[in-house]
Amino acid sequence: MDQLNYIINWIAKDIFGVPAYLVGIMTFVALVASRKGLGDVVGGTLKATLGFIILVIGAVAVIGALNPLGALITGAFGVEGVVPTNEAITAIANDIPDVAQNTAFAMFIGVIGSLVIARLTPLRYVFLTGHHMLFMATVLTVVLYNAKVDSAVQILVAAFGLATMMVIMPAFSMPWMRKVTGGQAVAMGHFGTLGYIAAGITGQIIGKGSKSTEEMEFPQGLRFLRDPMVGTAVAMIFIYLVLAIAFTIRIGEAAAIEAVGSSGAAGGMLGFLTAMFNQALVFGGGVAVILLGVRTILGEIVPAFAGIAERVIPGAVPALDCPVSFPFAPNAVLVGFLASVAGGLVGFTILWAGVGAALAVPLILPGMIPHFFTGGTAGVFGNATGGRRGAVGGGFVNGLIITLFAAFLVPVMSAIGFQNTTFGDADFQWFGFAVGNIAKFEGNAAAIGVVVLCVVLIAAASWFQKKYVDTGWVPGGEKAA
Amino acid sequence: MKILAVCGMGLGSGLILRMQAEKALKELGIQADLEVADIGTARALASTADLILTSEELAQQLVGVKPRIVTIKNFIDLREMVTKLGDAIDRS
Repeated sequence: MDQLNYIINWIAKDIFGVPAYLVGIMTFVALVASRKGLGDVVGGTLKATLGFIILVIGAVAVIGALNPLGALITGAFGVEGVVPTNEAITAIANDIPDVAQNTAFAMFIGVIGSLVIARLTPLRYVFLTGHHMLFMATVLTVVLYNAKVDSAVQILVAAFGLATMMVIMPAFSMPWMRKVTGGQAVAMGHFGTLGYIAAGITGQIIGKGSKSTEEMEFPQGLRFLRDPMVGTAVAMIFIYLVLAIAFTIRIGEAAAIEAVGSSGAAGGMLGFLTAMFNQALVFGGGVAVILLGVRTILGEIVPAFAGIAERVIPGAVPALDCPVSFPFAPNAVLVGFLASVAGGLVGFTILWAGVGAALAVPLILPGMIPHFFTGGTAGVFGNATGGRRGAVGGGFVNGLIITLFAAFLVPVMSAIGFQNTTFGDADFQWFGFAVGNIAKFEGNAAAIGVVVLCVVLIAAASWFQKKYVDTGWVPGGEKAA
Repeated sequence: MKILAVCGMGLGSGLILRMQAEKALKELGIQADLEVADIGTARALASTADLILTSEELAQQLVGVKPRIVTIKNFIDLREMVTKLGDAIDRS
């Protein structure tokens, strides 16, 4: 019996208790289910496992770079602040073994659950954006974990929440997506969707008669921002250096260096600034490592999932990552991105001017990756309904939303430790906030509350689908082709 | 032959390109290795590839790389993928 107990304990702790193996095992199941050959199954399983290990290595680098950033923000503004970056917060959260284990299970069950909902309801969407499944599974697991919900309940509730979001958001955004694509059978599968719908509506309100962004010449010099790694590094260097200087002006050089706990080899102001410059680059490099890890995992899982989905729900509409909308209005992407950053800065100012302190939420500095992707897409949606003015207004509204919502998400996530980063896209924020607050109820009420919320959302989306999407309604009049 | 599918982050739309290209290659009866890359690393990886698949805007940032670049406008239009990919492979 001792031998048996030893084996069970070993499997539970050293195999299933190690998130990287768990991800590998789930990839293995997905690959076998999609009837891949032996070589593909073995190679794919190993690659997904390695992908998770790469992710954790990136997390360590990013955490190291975020520590001084936290000290800088607090020092410069006198209050805590964060720079939202989905990749960073996901990697940091999954550095906690309990969270990682439950996230992996929640993602696996949730993804299967989304197929079941798509099969049983009018919401026939197959969500194929793998990193957003991982991010959503993470945010839901973390807020439930923080509310001290039982592990098994955490997994099931987070899975149901993920499955719900994977089918309802593509449905709600479908009319605007049709406007963007000219009525093609492709849906938006990205959890910044609340911002895109808001951008589409804003465009319609303010953009009457405005010409399309695609009729204007855009300066080629700004195109380098199209590379998110470069954009992030540039913005982070700017943020670190400006904050370091502001901090120094506030309390003096020696005290600032002491508080941040990091100076260059030569010491003094120049040493301090180069050390901060270096931390900004470590942040950018760390995010790139995390991306490599996520890419390595998803490269195996998503095609397997797509293959399974095709067999289970023939003719379903694929819901794809937001850049699939970019080719329909490339200029609007840059306009929306810049407008979104402007909205983010306005949101920051609102929080800094006392609103943040009054509501006990932190400052939110603009995270470039969320602003680029969600702002860019909001620009495309705004342009579709309201031309140039719509693209500017849509991007701006999106930037405002993701900044103010982020401030409210931080408190429900922060029990895992204040990490100086959080989720940057609108749907993680509003849904994470809703689930996190419902989860604060004692015992079963929390789980029941979230399930009721999900059922209501599915019912609402089904109604929307039948009333607007199936009838071919497109915002701004004319029917979809 | 090796094909690189490139998008901004190498996560979502690049993977869609890869999956569509796999279907297209099957239809064309051509064997090839497919890999996904982000725009940041694509230039470095380009030298190992024979063909690059990407969107029009990102293609502008890859000007000057050795392999032929195929730009896809509609990521889910299999006909566009089959035509453009088949054409590019014929010419290379």
